[in-house]
Amino acid sequence: MKSFNYHAPKDVKDASKLASSNSAFLAGGMTTIPSMKLGLASYKDVIDIKNIKKLSGIKVSGKTVTIGATTKHVEVATSKDVKKAIPALAKLAGNIGDAQVRNRGTIGGSISNNDPSACYPSACMALNAVIHTNKRKIDAEKFFTGMFETALKGGELVEAVEFQIPEKADYQKHPNPASRYAIIGVFVAKHKKDVNVAVTGAKSCVYIDKDLSKKLSSNFSVSAIEGAEVKSSGMNSDMHASAEYRANLVSLYAKKAVEAC
Amino acid sequence: MFINFTYGYNRIYSGRRRLMTKVTLEVNGKKVSKDVPDHTLLSVFLRDNLNLTGTHVGCDTSQCGACVVHVNGKSIKSCSTLAADVEGSKVTTIEGLAKDGKLHPMQAAFKKTHGLQCGYCTPGMVMSAVDLLQTKKNPSDQEIREWLEGNICRCTGYQNIVAAVKEAATKM
Repeated sequence: MKSFNYHAPKDVKDASKLASSNSAFLAGGMTTIPSMKLGLASYKDVIDIKNIKKLSGIKVSGKTVTIGATTKHVEVATSKDVKKAIPALAKLAGNIGDAQVRNRGTIGGSISNNDPSACYPSACMALNAVIHTNKRKIDAEKFFTGMFETALKGGELVEAVEFQIPEKADYQKHPNPASRYAIIGVFVAKHKKDVNVAVTGAKSCVYIDKDLSKKLSSNFSVSAIEGAEVKSSGMNSDMHASAEYRANLVSLYAKKAVEAC
Repeated sequence: MFINFTYGYNRIYSGRRRLMTKVTLEVNGKKVSKDVPDHTLLSVFLRDNLNLTGTHVGCDTSQCGACVVHVNGKSIKSCSTLAADVEGSKVTTIEGLAKDGKLHPMQAAFKKTHGLQCGYCTPGMVMSAVDLLQTKKNPSDQEIREWLEGNICRCTGYQNIVAAVKEAATKM
């Protein structure tokens, strides 16, 4: 790994000041550090944000669950408040990576990295999340812009993610058996007025399957999407799964999720 | 050389401007303090700086779990954690489990059930399994297998590893 300067500021302002075009924020480091070790990324400054106290924690209000950026997956998975308000979100967090990754990895890191196979982005999309940064609030659908790309600008730091509490929700994942990343992950959330079906792992970036969402919005049942065609065009094809296989999994896992709701 | 206390670390700037950090940890009950480059991984710190080579490095991409140690009681992968990041923490490695020459119940169980073949993954397996039993006293086979998802045994000795964890659960 190439050398860098390690910083551990105590507040967001200092963290932001240290940021440059050649720096990275470090939370759990479960992607950042392996990427640096493999030579895929290198930075002059690594800014550890875990000492910034206000970035960690879970708050539940009447309609929303707000999770601080440096809150670890294990904390979300085991939180009584999250289990009660959005059990699907706790379930999702409890199936990310493995136990040791969940002991370090964070929600802010996961969404800022926007891995096309990460689990959390699908929850953000389906649960109409608002991403709070140190500069503004961004709707999830505008936050995830492409493969490993987000709407975050230089020096901009995710502070918290605010999820809308749905009536019902479930997340179903077909994990890669080695990495536990989603080959396909489908997050179905039934809100008061409509239903969102968010898909991760299928394309270069998380997306809402509009057709499935529309069908379920008018009739929230497995039969509503029975036989619904999910097109494989634009889907990833790799050593783990072909595009056609992924398309079939999206349809299958959407049904599984609706059934589990 | 000058020392800067900006973030509570002793930052030592050498003539070539390579940053060094003073990392102080409590490792297996003993306080240790070393000046290391900022990018030093916890696994490197333990193995190269403290000579605690029981913590193994297998895949080096945080998938295999051979490098698992406990930081403040929780199991983590030391090959994907910076030493500076865990400044001030209590770290337990495989060397810290046995007390007064007596094997930890988990180590004894691995020995008894032959929960190892080549032994390379064993330190990480043992450290992960100890963490599991801290939170779940009598895990099922399924729970043990799920918990050990982050530990890979390329001898595929999983049956006896699960048996070892079950055996240890009766002793811990």
